[in-house]
Amino acid sequence: MGMTSPSLRSMKVVSNTVLALVVVAFALPLAWLVLASVDTRATLSIKWPEKISLQNFTAVLTPETAFVPLLNSLVLSAGCAIITVVVAVLAAYPLSRYRMRINKPFLYGVLFGTCLPITAMMVPVYSLFVAFNLIDSTAGTIFFLAATSLPMAIYMMKNFMDGVPISLEEAAWVDGASMMKTLTRIVVPLMRPGLAVVFIFVFIGAWGNFFVPFILLLSPDKQPAAVSIYSFFGQYGTIAYGQLAAFSIIYSVPVLSLYIFVSRFLGGGSALAGGVKG
Amino acid sequence: MRSIPLLPAIVLLVIFLLGPVISSFYGSLTNASLSGTAAQGASFVGFDNYLTLLTDPDFPKSLLLTLVFLVASAILGQNILGLGLALLMRSSGRLIRALVGTFVVTAWVMPEIVAAFSAYAFFNDSGTLNGLLRAVGITGPNWLYGLPMIAIILANIWRGTAFSMLVYAAALHDVPEEIIEAAEVDGAQGWQRLVFITLPLIRRGISTNLMLTTLQTLAVFTLIFVMTGGGPGTNSATLPVLAYQQAFQFGDLGLGTAIATIMLLIGAAFSIFYIRLLKPEVD
Repeated sequence: MGMTSPSLRSMKVVSNTVLALVVVAFALPLAWLVLASVDTRATLSIKWPEKISLQNFTAVLTPETAFVPLLNSLVLSAGCAIITVVVAVLAAYPLSRYRMRINKPFLYGVLFGTCLPITAMMVPVYSLFVAFNLIDSTAGTIFFLAATSLPMAIYMMKNFMDGVPISLEEAAWVDGASMMKTLTRIVVPLMRPGLAVVFIFVFIGAWGNFFVPFILLLSPDKQPAAVSIYSFFGQYGTIAYGQLAAFSIIYSVPVLSLYIFVSRFLGGGSALAGGVKG
Repeated sequence: MRSIPLLPAIVLLVIFLLGPVISSFYGSLTNASLSGTAAQGASFVGFDNYLTLLTDPDFPKSLLLTLVFLVASAILGQNILGLGLALLMRSSGRLIRALVGTFVVTAWVMPEIVAAFSAYAFFNDSGTLNGLLRAVGITGPNWLYGLPMIAIILANIWRGTAFSMLVYAAALHDVPEEIIEAAEVDGAQGWQRLVFITLPLIRRGISTNLMLTTLQTLAVFTLIFVMTGGGPGTNSATLPVLAYQQAFQFGDLGLGTAIATIMLLIGAAFSIFYIRLLKPEVD
């Protein structure tokens, strides 16, 4: 629009001013995190560091504080994302390609699953894990995380698969290819970006999850960074704010980078809407 | 034969989602506890846990706090701010739009425990907010102890608005520009165009978003747990926090499970409403 009528211009000034205030309000808590991480004498209030140093980062970058928990986070999130993507691709294929009687109830069930408040379930999940002797089991936690991300993943995967034209598969069927062969040789290669979006979406969710590993994993050497940061806060939180902030930033960088990757290169920023939060 | 690929999904969902739901209903009827005699063998106590909840002042209080939290932080806060931001971004400069996108979305994408620490530091008695207030001569209250609900409501708006903003930005993007322009030519004021044309056109986006933000906010645990721990006392204990406190801090698994079951029922009621809303998409 080439119009610059006075009302339009004043409208622009108003929206810019309001938005600038919102930006400041949203940025302040984040700015504290960044400034405190490079300040060896950080407090809880935002302030400019007298001397900028990376000492906080070197202090937390030790095997027991950062590396082992981050590795645990990686194992949990990657394990969960791999299982979820494989199971979701398998489930999405018949849902997308065949008209079966089970489709409708299954999809309703899945939709219902996406709405379950998982935090409400953690008490009964804990009892169930105790009963089956799965408490403190990394594998058990991975499977539980995968099950909770599965409903949304199946839904997303089916939508991506619906967008893949069926004509190529029909040719393969005529040639006598089996369902699994068609899926792995034709459909999956065609929907790589969709697979990446779902994988990253699930990975980000699992990486950021605090409550599930907090309840299900008890030994410190199995706990992911989310839980070890919380313990760190409990032990040194009242004195070492700078180190807490530094550890938090190291732990956040992977998911922030993945989010930027998805929204820039896969156009999936809004596809992520729907589940990053617990 | 054709439904065989659904099997792994069904197995996972039945064991890890349906299983806990069923055991939640059963567990809420027992006196299971973390330690002591009832930890070895829990016995069936019928609806005792639910009766305890009804007579315990903490539970009705927690229900009310949850309702306040939902209405103030999700239905009003995140939705209105998200819609406002999406609308304002359409008539703002490029730079400011990029900045809003960056900071609002970062607060949402960050791991929840990190967001919770940032909010904890911001609202702490000696934190950023009171520091700023002191700079203009106001002695701020001790937010986390004195006004814990205000603090967690604001923190949750900060944490979750990006979702509504993205949903509304996408919905507004689909509104045909000719309709708005035609209304402008007919002399409709800005707010008239918003209320009578834009909002009705994005009503599907609005109802979906209201539903999803409500469900997400109902499940918020970490933010409240880190900021106030549900306290002081139970003054900011919404249902998920109260369930945790009862089960793991007071060791009464049966009571915690009863609270969890009630939350599942509330969530299910919302979900059924939401699924009816989305019905045309599944059919």
